[in-house]
Amino acid sequence: MRDKIFKILLLLSALIIVLICGGMFYFLVMGSTEAFGHFGIFNFISTAEWDPNPDNEQYGALSFIVGTVMTSFLALLFCIPFSLPVALFNGEYFRGTKIALFMSTVVNLLAGIPSVIYGLWGFYTLRPLIISLGLSEQGFGILTASLVLAIMIIPYAASLSSEFISMVSNELKEAAYSLGATRFEVIKSVIFSSSASGIFASYILALGRALGETMAVTMLIGNTNNIPTSLTDTSNTMASVIANQFGEASDLRLSSLIAIGLILFLITAVINFIGKMIIKRFN
Amino acid sequence: MRVFNSSSVSWRQLKDRAFFIAVCTLSLVMAIPLVAIIGEVIQKGYKQINLQFFTEVAPSTLDAMLAREAGGVIPGGIVNGIIGTLLMVGAAALIAIPVGIMGGVYLAEKPKAIFSIIVKFLTDLIQGTPSIIVGIIAYTVIVVPLGSYSAIAGSIALSIMMLPLIVRSTEETLKMLPTTLKEAGLALGASYTNVVLKVLLPSAFSGLFTGILLATSRVLGETAPLMMTALGSSTISWNLENPASAVPLLIWEFYNDPNLIDLIWSSSLFLLLLILIFNFIAKYIVERSSK
Amino acid sequence: MKDNNILKLKDVSISYVPGKNAVNKVCAEIKENSITAIMGPSGCGKSTLLRAINRMHELYPDINISGEIILRDQNILKMNPIKVRRMAGMVFQRPNPFPTMSIYNNVLAGYKLNGIKLPKAEKDQIVEECLRSVGLWDEVKESLNKKGTFLSGGQQQRLCIARALALKPDILLMDEPTSALDPIATNRIEELLLEIKKHLTIVIVTHNMSQAARISDYSMFMYLGELVEYDKTELMFTNPSDKRTEQYLNGQFG
Repeated sequence: MRDKIFKILLLLSALIIVLICGGMFYFLVMGSTEAFGHFGIFNFISTAEWDPNPDNEQYGALSFIVGTVMTSFLALLFCIPFSLPVALFNGEYFRGTKIALFMSTVVNLLAGIPSVIYGLWGFYTLRPLIISLGLSEQGFGILTASLVLAIMIIPYAASLSSEFISMVSNELKEAAYSLGATRFEVIKSVIFSSSASGIFASYILALGRALGETMAVTMLIGNTNNIPTSLTDTSNTMASVIANQFGEASDLRLSSLIAIGLILFLITAVINFIGKMIIKRFN
Repeated sequence: MRVFNSSSVSWRQLKDRAFFIAVCTLSLVMAIPLVAIIGEVIQKGYKQINLQFFTEVAPSTLDAMLAREAGGVIPGGIVNGIIGTLLMVGAAALIAIPVGIMGGVYLAEKPKAIFSIIVKFLTDLIQGTPSIIVGIIAYTVIVVPLGSYSAIAGSIALSIMMLPLIVRSTEETLKMLPTTLKEAGLALGASYTNVVLKVLLPSAFSGLFTGILLATSRVLGETAPLMMTALGSSTISWNLENPASAVPLLIWEFYNDPNLIDLIWSSSLFLLLLILIFNFIAKYIVERSSK
Repeated sequence: MKDNNILKLKDVSISYVPGKNAVNKVCAEIKENSITAIMGPSGCGKSTLLRAINRMHELYPDINISGEIILRDQNILKMNPIKVRRMAGMVFQRPNPFPTMSIYNNVLAGYKLNGIKLPKAEKDQIVEECLRSVGLWDEVKESLNKKGTFLSGGQQQRLCIARALALKPDILLMDEPTSALDPIATNRIEELLLEIKKHLTIVIVTHNMSQAARISDYSMFMYLGELVEYDKTELMFTNPSDKRTEQYLNGQFG
């Protein structure tokens, strides 16, 4: 009898996870209906105007979608030249040594810093640097946000991909060495080609992280509702516009923000799903 | 032997060397932002950390402005944030730990069942969901029906974020236990419940505890979902139904108030230390249990 | 005076831990176009010695080596390891074709890794020549662009031999190349080795005594890092001079 109750409890706990997911999706959809009903789904996604003026309320998600995609991909671009070396450093060159332990501690500490503190650092240290380099007048914008975002996702991409790099079998590496390859050539032709899909998946998952990152981006992107046309433009991402306006929004505007949340939810879900599937096939 | 050009060999070895140096340099560059961030927080924050910092609530803008004009240290502390953080993270852990562990046990016990595969997939989905969306949900489901912002809404948002981490770490730790352990327990006539509660979970304790600590340290710094649920409060509140403050929320408030800027750094220092302690304890446990 | 000893080992000692030799002062000379088998119980240092001839030991830190290994009048321990590895081909315990490369590219992997570009005609010629010499050509000529990992274990191992032969090495080192294969595939490889030795020197590590008896011209017996006995295979198997060799051949240890 007790066993039966216990097993039911276990099942219920697992069921709670299903309920949370179902609930998230349900409430996002319910919250979005007003906005989608008013503007039409396609129209909502494809217009860039965001005007809370009560006489002419007009909301469209396009500029935030563009802003999100731009910051995230730019962050990914900045992330690769550092996370790949760190992955090689920990997963190949110094695998299992004390110095790799030091490096992974550095990376883990970076991963533990809260988003809001990254935002502060970006605001007080990086922004003045951007200004003094003459890249932008105020120092806010896509570029500043992406740089900080890149630092935030490097630990994630690096530790995932170093796992895949260290999984490449010694037998293959030895085969290449026995044919006279240098270590660089072994990395290039054997390690990268055998772990390529795993490394790729690491970047997909890191991109998923970047898409939904909120606080640091909100503090650095400048929060303007326009489609960015250059890297130093100010803009808004989907997450940052929600963070910025959620507290003061109601009715149609609130529903539009929730609709943006739904879109963000679906995009990150798809991106994460693709990443996990690639990893599953890799293993 | 086929003849090879020997100068090409030294050229290749030079490339090998250059690549190695590039890898090391670019890797070590990663220490720069870490040192810069921690250095800045310590350098600008340590001055404000005193007894007051832990016993008084955040000052009003006016008090802070007067103190600044007099050239003194801003009065007050962040005790409202500390208590709010402890309260909300504690309540979130109380919700997420039992549910997460039991969910993890379920997944580890029935790894091949279709329902388990779906649950695992959904666990990953929750884990990948941006925190701001968890905030929207907690707002819609709790704040709106209750008619006010509350600490409990914040706790629920945080518990949703902790849950997948605890589920997966429980599942993975349990999977690594030898199957003979469970069989030995059952062979002695113990009930299934007792085998799980008194044999499996205690054997997996260090793994579970590490997972819980890491999940906790992950949500300690969460800001966005709390903005939409707990809102913040300038007074100490022990009541879960009232709005509450939290350290990261205070950092956000100080950031937006020019008079309170000095307090940003001490609060950040405190938050960083808290997170570091959790991380280090978790790591210490991993190292000790792997010996 | 010109002898026909292609490989000379002079006082070769190898240690993983300082002061404790895994291979202790081995001296031996190996004849050209012969098969030499190195036997001994596991842990006797036979693989360590073989891998040193290809300088593979350098992939792992903390391994010390002393003495001289002379291949075609050059001390390979003083040479550039990359050149050494092209002079000495190596085949491993388990077949390890590159999973991301086709059969065709696996044969040419040595060239590809060494950054050597060849005209298409020459590549085709090398691939066919090498695959023919390992008896794989007729089996795979229709599927050269398939991945090497689709082949059976024995075929994969022959592909790995072809990959080593493609660089035209002076000597082929084999580290228990048939231990992961079934008897039929093993037999196939043994026949192949007897064919290849007509123009190539082979050193093979094996713990299969009957394999050594079947294919090798010379045999070494190693025990606890020392070269106990080195002689013509038929002599060693019929009339071992050291008691430990006799015990080993009688199956008393290992």
